[in-house]
Amino acid sequence: MTMVNLTINGKQIQAPQGATILEAARGAGIHIPTLCYHPELRPEGACRLCMVEASGARTLVASCVYPVSEGMVVNTNTNKVREARKTVVELLLANHPKDCLSCQKSGDCELQKIAADLGVRKIRFDGGERKAHTIDCSNPSLVRDQEKCILCGRCIRVCRDVQGMSVYSFARRGFDTIVAPAFESDLKDAVCTYCGQCASVCPTGAIVEKDDTEKVWAAINDPSKVVLVQTAPAVRVALGEELGIPAGSIVTGKMVAALRRLGFDKVFDTNFSADLTIMEEGHEFLHRLQNGGVLPMITSCSPGWVNMIELKYPELLPHLSTAKSPQQMFGAVAKTYYAEQAGIDPANIVCVSVMPCTAKKAEAEREEMCASGYRDVDVVITTRELGRMIREAGLDFAHLPEEAYDSPLGAGTGAAVIFGTTGGVMEAALRTVAEVVLGEELANVDYHDVRGMEQTREAVIKVGEVEVKIAVVHTLASARKMLERIKDGTADYHFIEVMACPGGCIGGGGQPVPVNSEIRRMRREALFECDRASELRKSHENPEIKQLYDTWLGKPLGEKAHSLLHTHYSAQKR
Amino acid sequence: MKSLADLQALREKLKADIKLRRNEGTIVIVGMGTCGIAAGAREVMSAILDELAVRKLVDVQVRQTGCIGMCEKEVLVDVIRPNEPRITYGKVKPEDIKKIIAEHVVNGRIVEELVVGKIEQN
Amino acid sequence: MQHIRAHVLVCGGTGCKSAGSKDIQLSFAKNLEAFGLQDEVMVVETGCHGFCENGPLVIIYPEGTFYCKVKVEDVKEIVESHLYKGRIVERLLYREPMSLEQVPSYSEIGFYKKQKRLVLENCGAINPEQIEEYIAVGGYEALAKAVTTMSPQEVIDEVKKSGLRGRGGGGFPTGMKWEFAAKSVSEKKYVICNADEGDPGAFMDRSVLEGDPHRILEGMAICGYAMGADEGYIYVRAEYPLAIKRLRIAIEQAEAMGLLGDNIFDSGFNFKLHIKEGAGAFVCGEETALMASIEGKRGMPRPRPPFPAVSGLWGKPTNINNVETFANVAQIIVNGADWYCQFGTEKSKGTKVFALTGKINNTGLAEVPMGITMREIIYDIGGGITNGKKFKAVQIGGPSGGCLPENMLDLPVDYDSLIAAGAMMGSGGLVVMDEDTCMVDVAKFFLNFTQSESCGKCTPCREGTKRMLEILTRITEGQGVEGDIELLENLAKNIKETALCGLGQTAPNPVLSTLKYFRHEYEAHIKEKRCPAGVCEKLASYTITDACRGCGLCARNCPVQAISGKIKSKHTIDQALCIKCGACMAACPFKAIIKG
Repeated sequence: MTMVNLTINGKQIQAPQGATILEAARGAGIHIPTLCYHPELRPEGACRLCMVEASGARTLVASCVYPVSEGMVVNTNTNKVREARKTVVELLLANHPKDCLSCQKSGDCELQKIAADLGVRKIRFDGGERKAHTIDCSNPSLVRDQEKCILCGRCIRVCRDVQGMSVYSFARRGFDTIVAPAFESDLKDAVCTYCGQCASVCPTGAIVEKDDTEKVWAAINDPSKVVLVQTAPAVRVALGEELGIPAGSIVTGKMVAALRRLGFDKVFDTNFSADLTIMEEGHEFLHRLQNGGVLPMITSCSPGWVNMIELKYPELLPHLSTAKSPQQMFGAVAKTYYAEQAGIDPANIVCVSVMPCTAKKAEAEREEMCASGYRDVDVVITTRELGRMIREAGLDFAHLPEEAYDSPLGAGTGAAVIFGTTGGVMEAALRTVAEVVLGEELANVDYHDVRGMEQTREAVIKVGEVEVKIAVVHTLASARKMLERIKDGTADYHFIEVMACPGGCIGGGGQPVPVNSEIRRMRREALFECDRASELRKSHENPEIKQLYDTWLGKPLGEKAHSLLHTHYSAQKR
Repeated sequence: MKSLADLQALREKLKADIKLRRNEGTIVIVGMGTCGIAAGAREVMSAILDELAVRKLVDVQVRQTGCIGMCEKEVLVDVIRPNEPRITYGKVKPEDIKKIIAEHVVNGRIVEELVVGKIEQN
Repeated sequence: MQHIRAHVLVCGGTGCKSAGSKDIQLSFAKNLEAFGLQDEVMVVETGCHGFCENGPLVIIYPEGTFYCKVKVEDVKEIVESHLYKGRIVERLLYREPMSLEQVPSYSEIGFYKKQKRLVLENCGAINPEQIEEYIAVGGYEALAKAVTTMSPQEVIDEVKKSGLRGRGGGGFPTGMKWEFAAKSVSEKKYVICNADEGDPGAFMDRSVLEGDPHRILEGMAICGYAMGADEGYIYVRAEYPLAIKRLRIAIEQAEAMGLLGDNIFDSGFNFKLHIKEGAGAFVCGEETALMASIEGKRGMPRPRPPFPAVSGLWGKPTNINNVETFANVAQIIVNGADWYCQFGTEKSKGTKVFALTGKINNTGLAEVPMGITMREIIYDIGGGITNGKKFKAVQIGGPSGGCLPENMLDLPVDYDSLIAAGAMMGSGGLVVMDEDTCMVDVAKFFLNFTQSESCGKCTPCREGTKRMLEILTRITEGQGVEGDIELLENLAKNIKETALCGLGQTAPNPVLSTLKYFRHEYEAHIKEKRCPAGVCEKLASYTITDACRGCGLCARNCPVQAISGKIKSKHTIDQALCIKCGACMAACPFKAIIKG
């Protein structure tokens, strides 16, 4: 790599040729504030907050896009620069509802932090026109408040470049510019998968998860209700970030303790139903493989992904596994099997789930998700919302004891916990499928071939005599490419795992912010650590699962399993 | 079109069509006052235009003018060759045109028997 | 076939067309037939002559007689008197606005006399829909010369030597721009002609496209040859249907003759052209926004570097020049850089076309050698200020330009002098203002334009111009407060430093230049709540002078009963009630009501 020499704030530094001033400065430990910049998105140079003085330039330059050059002299902290940045922030604030104290994003808002950092004390342009829009809360997952939008365009870029959906674009111009779906429709009428990546990159409160915490409090406060909660695998390695604990920390026990203290009657684990999913989906795969079913079979546990294929590729729906997602399997089992065992009228059970995902809110509301005769899942909250509930309840999270999940829906294996990362479902499935096919115990359960962060990975796994060709895909843009390959016949895989979000559920749209590749890596490592530390690492070894099949469900893909644990898909028209 | 020469040849051919707008070449002026028209100026004009067409003299400008006060000498026709004196012919008849064009316009020889005036151009 | 002895040139520019020139053309055909002249007189539809104020224009050759404001009813007389009898129709001749002298010939009119028409030489002189006429006046010789006798580098060197600078605004040296694009290594490169003329009042590019489209095609092809591009786009606003039509015809004709397409002049050089119609957003004149628009994306600028010469249209090296820039190229190649350098100043070579508008007698398009003074343009070509009023300021360079006061009238018009004075060449808009103009109002007008044309991408332009406009508005409405001038200056300075593209960076110019030269007018609005020019309605006050005879008409016309007084004695206006509608002033038969 060719390096160039430059001076930033009097400090001699080297930076790779082609790097931006911002990258060079951050590499040298010099902080430059940014808003529209996001490390994982193509820079736009739009907000003009990261302006610096650079030799040879007529005006200040946007450091997020301006390349370094040999001998360049940069100053990031002159009067002129500070004044320019402050003016930009003042201009943004003059057109922003200053209801920070009651804003859902308060505390996590980048605009709020920058205004504080820059010491903006007076907004010279206040009192002028401000944009006025109605809030879009048309859908179960996301809420858009355009008055809080600062037009940084991150949502546009993440939706277009990472997710390949291009739901948003700029509309109108000048002061009237807005970010909007086509025809300025609400999200419910747009081709939106509710994956929530836009909310995850939005620097302000303009796109947030729909807050369902009030519903949870209401259920907890209703003495006639038995409130169950399930926690998705990826929540336990991210929740800490909401509560001042470093990224990558495993907080499973404290989370369970916190949920009990919030007032949930039973604290169960989605890992249980992830193992159940493997039993059903693994057998479904074997069945398709051995009986000439539709291949490649594709996983169906990521609801953003399911929305995408229903919206954009309905002709490929037969490829989707009919197994419900772990969240939905949990609900179906809780209101039948558990209700019977515990002797509770399922009508009185409120099933809450804590998910890393905004699309899960919409999944729970799907009409067909009521195999038990009741809604399988009643309320879905995200990791962020759980964090807020814990803060609201004033729990001293860091000092809570480690507690264990309740039984009989609280046991999970290492195979289940890695559901939370890209490749995890595949690896978990392989562990079970291999043993079912081989009929003997696997010596090594680590399938390193399917681990990794590349957006599309493939491997050929030998299961006994059979060579199984698999692929693992994450992000919806990569998923679309894979579907195109299936359409044109160049994807000769047997089994494909698809996760809608970058990195899988650890990078889900409902996870704590900020998120970047380093944070995702730490969450992922934590999941693998959970797996390694598990006594049982194969779904079919889960004793509660065994008991469920033995005493109540019968066989995988059996009649009861079929009606409770499997579903169907149909084209979505919007 | 394959070369600069091709283009220039085409240009030479086309140039004549717009020469009129460039004030180049020989000018022929016909007096078209009422007196001139009464004396047959239109017929003289037609004869000039026909003869120019026959001879393909595309770079000759034919202009008109009103009465110049020599009504008894109508039809008056002026011929101005570039850098030469303005020659005025009087009592021109259509049948004189062939000769004026052949002698004066083409070959620069003034048709003395019809001349009624000569003005030096600066 | 008869000898054609006369050409009747009927202007078919957009201005004259909308004034009815098509009907005039038809009427000529009819009347020529009636007088039996149809075989000896030819009617030609031309492009714009630039003197649109006086249109529809008819010029008759060989005499070069220039008829103004011709109506259909005049045609019979022109045919009978001029074409049949040889007598000029004097009442239709142009009259000089100052001397009132009649001028029979095109070349003698003051408006044209001081002009140096290089770019516009064929506009109004040839039929733009016939490639033959363009070839007859020497068209495509430059292309032939370039591709058959010169190397690409020699073409670039000639353009560099000519000193030609971009005519679209910035004034960047054209030859250097071509060289950058030529040096970028790529299989595919593009040439783009920026015909997204967006400055209010400017129409020089439209005139060239309508009046001499082949000249642009030729300039672009030469550029393509020089930089190694085989494809080009003309990005032209859809509001220019006539220009688009004529460009389409021109491209078809040039392709048919092999002047565009494959293996031009047997040189191995291929060049094809497309027309892309823009929807007319001002920002699409910015080159990166323009390319985004061609690509089918929202017209929004992107930061540079990378410059288009490295990564332009669809990521390929691209050179973009404006219409007028391309219009200069053929002459430079045919006549040489030395010939071209005789026009203009040391650092600004050649000519510039200006669109003269405002309180000036001769509005229209004027092409002048660089370095001519503003005074010459306004008085000698423009014929001075209308109604004998006093000159106050000239706004030059379009909405991004600046306003210059009277003491700058002898400023030479070239790129660098204008920048130094706080204005810019821009695309050549030139708005003349008289003493009745309020400079705060002018600044507000231009800012309102840039504000509403902002693409909305970067914060300073989107939010900042809005706030500047709000401050200006409150000043003109008498709500200005102490500190507003400083706030405007500070905001303007920051917008210039931080906006993403040229549009934003220059948007504050009209405010800054009026603050520089007419600060006292701002102060009068803020401190004295007074508009010195009497333009700002909310600051105006109407008073009744002693000329009042007490007729009572004003009181009866006042919609809010603010006027009182006894019949036959002087009336008065209650300023607290007055809504400043001006109805009283309009009604007064004795001019006894004044506004100030």
